[in-house]
Amino acid sequence: MNERENGGQAGGSVAVLVDHLDGTVRPTALELLTLARGLGREVHAVWVGDRAPAAELAAHGADVVHEVEVSGADARLTASVVDALQAVLAAGVVGLVLVPSTFEGREVAARLAVRTGAGVVTGVSGVAVEDGCWTARKTVLAGGWDTACAVTGPLAVVAVAPHAVQALARDGAAEPVVVRRTAEASAAARAVTVVSRTRRPASERPPLAEAEVVVVGGRGVEGDFSGVEELADVLGGAVGATRVATDEGWIGHEAQVGQTGVTISPRLYVGLGVSGAVHHKGGMAASATVVAVNNDPDAPVFEFADYGIVGDLTEVLPALTAELRRRRG
Amino acid sequence: MRVVVCVKHVPDVQQPRSLRPDGRLARGGDDDTLNELDEDALEAGLRTAEAAGFPGEGHDVTVLTVGPAAAVEAVRRGVAMGASGAVHVRDDAVAGSDAVATARVLAAAIAELHAEAPVDVVVAGMAALDGLTSLVPAALAELLGWPQLTLADRITVADGVVTVRRETSTDVEELTAPAPAVLSVTDQAFRARFPGFKGILAARKHPVTTWSLADLGLDPSTVGPAGSATRVVHAAERPERADRVLVTGDAETVPALVDYLSQKGFA
Ligand SMILES: Cc1cc2nc3c(=O)[nH]c(=O)nc-3n(C[C@H](O)[C@H](O)[C@H](O)COP(=O)(O)OP(=O)(O)OC[C@H]3O[C@@H](n4cnc5c(N)ncnc54)[C@H](O)[C@@H]3O)c2cc1C
Ligand SMILES: Cc1cc2nc3c(=O)[nH]c(=O)nc-3n(C[C@H](O)[C@H](O)[C@H](O)COP(=O)(O)OP(=O)(O)OC[C@H]3O[C@@H](n4cnc5c(N)ncnc54)[C@H](O)[C@@H]3O)c2cc1C
Repeated sequence: MNERENGGQAGGSVAVLVDHLDGTVRPTALELLTLARGLGREVHAVWVGDRAPAAELAAHGADVVHEVEVSGADARLTASVVDALQAVLAAGVVGLVLVPSTFEGREVAARLAVRTGAGVVTGVSGVAVEDGCWTARKTVLAGGWDTACAVTGPLAVVAVAPHAVQALARDGAAEPVVVRRTAEASAAARAVTVVSRTRRPASERPPLAEAEVVVVGGRGVEGDFSGVEELADVLGGAVGATRVATDEGWIGHEAQVGQTGVTISPRLYVGLGVSGAVHHKGGMAASATVVAVNNDPDAPVFEFADYGIVGDLTEVLPALTAELRRRRG
Repeated sequence: MRVVVCVKHVPDVQQPRSLRPDGRLARGGDDDTLNELDEDALEAGLRTAEAAGFPGEGHDVTVLTVGPAAAVEAVRRGVAMGASGAVHVRDDAVAGSDAVATARVLAAAIAELHAEAPVDVVVAGMAALDGLTSLVPAALAELLGWPQLTLADRITVADGVVTVRRETSTDVEELTAPAPAVLSVTDQAFRARFPGFKGILAARKHPVTTWSLADLGLDPSTVGPAGSATRVVHAAERPERADRVLVTGDAETVPALVDYLSQKGFA
């Protein structure tokens, strides 16, 4: 296959959009840097704003840290973030851009792809060069199928799912080169005005999308999430919910796991009184280990749980929390 | 006010779904249906237009789909729910388009509608339940050069300015932009109305405008596999999780579960 037909040629360096909240790096951004470092290319961390924690980014893989100030529009708008990324792409040969596969990250990916002619793949669990193209792996159709998707264009934009790799700092990373840039906001960014922005109160627990352990309550908890919360705390995890539980108002909507809620891929998922409906499964099927407690032996969740208990939550849940506490001593 | 609502016809998520050897989704089953999340988009579009006087003179809500022959059912469902116009872009060359190529076709159709009579807002769903990429709305905004106001749960349009409320993973925001703008809506705020029997009957006879790529002046090489910068190179049904354990009982089952969790490093 000649170069043209083969398209991408998987050349260039790797740029990573570093997701941060008020200057604190989100753990998933460190996973993206770790993933990028493993690809053996120069890694460019793109930080929208100022005062990037350069040493932390370098320890996880960044060779160059770009601090990009967006002038003329709100820096957190999708179009502004794309403007910042473009400023970095314009400065060197980047072949692969990694963004988090959140709603925000995917929207950035979409616009960047349109502007640059890139191919974009979302919800990705691994990236490699195959047959000369950046090729991304992902699980689709509610966990039913594994696919690999090659990018044939000159640039690949890959939206990476949480926990695709474990974030690992390296010892003795060199001082990163810090480059400060200014990006002029595009017309698309300038067209949007932020009238107000209010931070929602953050929970003490780890954010759902980033947590290594997620304990999910469904209709079976019958309105009482306290047991779910206790178990989550013993396991150091986040609390999630099915749409039934959020619709009932038992817990805030931001806790919803599933196709229209948060997509999670924790190391451990515990479903309590969750039936395992396809809309829910679609948002958690990539979890590494799935544990389910449900009193209905025919619940679909038992078709994909690694460890299932057909039992009554009101009995199993307190016993489980107590036993975990007891063994910790 | 003129509203365009993008609706996709997708395989029913409750039925077994599969990928073909070429990596494309098997479509065209009898159970294929309007993407449920696009009912919310349609509801949002209808309410926004109704606030301005729809279905009165000078107001229009057009449902737009890109897809194979069977996708016409998606726009018919939209008409049954109350849309006044229906457009189906259908061309064999579109099959196999990735998200950006799909957005290219939608954008060309929206531009055509806008040339006919100015469009104020485009409303999309938060995701299509098959591809589930959520790429299309933002790609559309970029292609059209119109402001992006996505994942809205409240919409108002006044004096040519569109205002939305939205929740990001951390914040609640209110954004405004001049019309025309591209919106998507979450599944939280616009519980869709049921089409009445009369609506369903009327939708059967309602004219649907069918456009080909040529009608839109689109070069076939810019869509389909030729116009897509991604290609599925491998697709395989996932094996069931191995070594699954299922036990029955209450508190007495717990120690074994904790053993299991501790083997995995969680306890
Ligand atoms: C367009 C669309 C999008 C959707 N998106 C999502 C989404 O993102 N996320 C999501 O979660 N859902 C979503 N849904 C809803 C989804 O289809 C299901 O309705 C929902 O996931 C079911 O929630 P559940 O498991 O809590 O409730 P149920 O299905 O009612 O299951 C409750 C389970 O609890 C068990 N149970 C009851 N009492 C006990 C007890 N004492 N001890 C043990 N077990 C008990 C029951 O046996 C049952 O299996 C969506 C639906 C639509 C139409
Ligand atoms: C399992 C699977 C995985 C895929 N992964 C990727 C990928 O990683 N990258 C990629 O580029 N493509 C991917 N595709 C292809 C992509 O799904 C299609 O190109 C699709 O037409 C548009 O993307 P979506 O379905 O994800 O829509 P989304 O972006 O999730 O849809 C959001 C909204 O856009 C509107 N919309 C979307 N499609 C249409 C349409 N045809 N007609 C009218 N309105 C529409 C609807 O309002 C919808 O609610 C994948 C397809 C499948 C089946």
